[in-house]
Amino acid sequence: MILKKKNPILRTRLPTLPPAARSRVALGLTAAAALGRFELQQCSDCGTVQYPPREACQHCLSIRLKWKEQPRQGELLAATVLHHSNDLFFRERLPWRLGLVKLECGPTLVAHLHADVPDAPARLRVAARLDRAGQAVLVGLPDKENVNMAEDRQLREFSCDPKRRKVLVTDGKSALGQALVRALAAAGAELIWVGHAEPWKRLPGFAELERLPQVTLVPLDLTDSKNVRELAAEIGAKVDILLSNAELHRAFGIANRQGVETARAEMDVNYFGLLRLAQEFAPAMRARGADGLASAVAWVNVLSIYALANFPPHGTYSASKAAAHSLAQCLRAEMRPAGVRVVNVFPGPIDEDWNQLVAPPKLAPAALAQAIVKGLGEGVEDLYPGELAQEWLERWRDNPKALEKELSS
Amino acid sequence: MRQSYKGVVLATPVTVPYVRYSIRSAHWWLTKAFSSLLEKSKLKKEEIDGLTVSSFTLAPDTAIGFTQHIGLSPRWLDHVPLGGASAVVALRRAARAVQAGDAEIVACLAGDTNHVDSFRLTLANFSQFARDAVYPYGAGGPNASFAFLTAHYMRTYGATREDFGKLCVAQRSNALRYSYALFKKPLMLDEYLNARPIAEPLHLFDCVMPCAGAEGFLVTSEERARSLGLPFVRLLATIERHNAFSSDPVQVRAGWALDRDELYAQAGCSPQDVDFVQAYDDYPVVTLMQLEDLGFCGKGEGPAFVRSRSFTWEGDFPLNTSGGQLSAGQAGAAGGFLGMVEAIRQLTGQGLERQVPDARIGLVSGFGMINYDRGLGSGAAILAS
Repeated sequence: MILKKKNPILRTRLPTLPPAARSRVALGLTAAAALGRFELQQCSDCGTVQYPPREACQHCLSIRLKWKEQPRQGELLAATVLHHSNDLFFRERLPWRLGLVKLECGPTLVAHLHADVPDAPARLRVAARLDRAGQAVLVGLPDKENVNMAEDRQLREFSCDPKRRKVLVTDGKSALGQALVRALAAAGAELIWVGHAEPWKRLPGFAELERLPQVTLVPLDLTDSKNVRELAAEIGAKVDILLSNAELHRAFGIANRQGVETARAEMDVNYFGLLRLAQEFAPAMRARGADGLASAVAWVNVLSIYALANFPPHGTYSASKAAAHSLAQCLRAEMRPAGVRVVNVFPGPIDEDWNQLVAPPKLAPAALAQAIVKGLGEGVEDLYPGELAQEWLERWRDNPKALEKELSS
Repeated sequence: MRQSYKGVVLATPVTVPYVRYSIRSAHWWLTKAFSSLLEKSKLKKEEIDGLTVSSFTLAPDTAIGFTQHIGLSPRWLDHVPLGGASAVVALRRAARAVQAGDAEIVACLAGDTNHVDSFRLTLANFSQFARDAVYPYGAGGPNASFAFLTAHYMRTYGATREDFGKLCVAQRSNALRYSYALFKKPLMLDEYLNARPIAEPLHLFDCVMPCAGAEGFLVTSEERARSLGLPFVRLLATIERHNAFSSDPVQVRAGWALDRDELYAQAGCSPQDVDFVQAYDDYPVVTLMQLEDLGFCGKGEGPAFVRSRSFTWEGDFPLNTSGGQLSAGQAGAAGGFLGMVEAIRQLTGQGLERQVPDARIGLVSGFGMINYDRGLGSGAAILAS
């Protein structure tokens, strides 16, 4: 394993966060940005789009304001480059470019400004991104996509791009794990530690994966506290992105199986496994939350859409994913001061062994892996990849009780 | 037709000398201004029956809490937390109270402290819109907002850094003749142009320096001022407007443009009759906006106007004769009072070595509260000796 040693003379930049305080109403922007959406409040009565967030329509005074996806096109009215800031986070990152943007849908807004947007007047697109504090900010992006867009120094502060970063994938053996490793390598990850439990099992495709230059295999069994601790001692201080995808998935609910052993085994990987990982790896990642351009940046949990509402045919698995989801929220809160993003992924059923009896559509492992890597690039916090997960999310947001009934019928 | 301000006067301009940082609270600064008003006017505390207070750092108190600090029992009280528009607005409120007989002598006070970290904290909690939609973007204050306005103004109307620099240099030379100004060294145009960038196109000397300080004046009837033997100036006209031109995508004008005809009509004079202007100058672009909106030149003609006139106390267009906030320092809400207090001095012949010759009519303008992307409040008053 060859790793560039850090120059010990250089100062380690300590994690700081951009200003995180928001009014409650402004958190609507954050809720949308967490899913990668750009939503502003729009008046249900007169249609006026509002910004900054507020409690009533500035035009007709209606209180029926709804967060709605908005067109992103706008015009840059003026730009500035900050060379001074009273804020610790920005002080470390000067100079910093900002723009004043008139959106085509109405409002004028202040936005972080990508270096490729020309000086005013200029056309641009606006996106809502989560900053290191986990709060939504607006970002002015070039009107047209370009390949190196994600490389922008400022944009990288909002994304969790795997490029040039070191990643631990906790299970490289499953179809999803293998797809993740390939997608991460393709996205420019510098080094990928691939965890594998039960090394005697040689699964198809794994040998090929081993030959990727970025890959280093590491024995990792999430049910073994000692194993997790030892691995953390070895590589914990170098992991920039931790991808927690190891899981134990068995079918059946309550009545079709005797005893608690299977359910306990699921919990031991899906819930306690995450807890073990978090206890051993999170402290070191927290310390490296601002350590240069390839800092510790994200912790990804592959959960399940069943974490939102129980799917009785896979009832105990659903319960373990719900427990993991709850724990992941705790982890998110604990990682926030370091600016390390906890990304929760809620896929629908994946096309794999234990979902053989689940009707399509099912999510191809490669598609899920692509969605996760793309989500890291866009810096989202919650990811519902695939049509099924999107539909279930929509149903759940619309009426959680209805989804419970639908899943149980 | 609005009622005239006939019979209303301003007197007793006071300044509590500014300091860069203070360990005292806003209460201390406001109290000093108040006691200074009493001392200079020879009034007893009990004779002050009206009070206005403007301050950012008085929190958690407002004007009413402050009365208990100074043991005052006014029968008329107003808290005017309008930043740079505070002096004009406080004057308007006080003038009507005096005319209506609700108060006889109103003390108008503004003051703020400045601890080493208090400016940052004030900015972080300035307004809901600022906290949600500006503060997270890193400037930690109004620099970025005014950088946008300045950049846009320069691009649209062809202003150059030299134009802004000319104003700053002139104000500095005025400040050298004002003993309370914090900046004591001359400023050369080269120095202005070569200063370090803060938020492009703004550089160091385009930005005010936060400090601690307080200002105050009295508003009363001409009759009362005469009986007290106080030198006074008469109030001819005022305007006030908030959130004007809200559909302009970027601010190039404020309420003055809407109300200036009424201002001059009420005063019975025109811009040409004004002997000096005290403009609100947190950034020089705002001064240009005021000169245009108040009718000294047309919209967009600010740069040409700057190039053709001279702005020192002895120039052909005396402007911010005590140095403005850019050279005196910005003592929070007292920054909004700086021009008003200086105007009273000039019109009562207390301008000392910066006295504008034959000053008879002065215009004071205020601009306040960058709530989000622009200054919301504007106001102006015309005073006469």
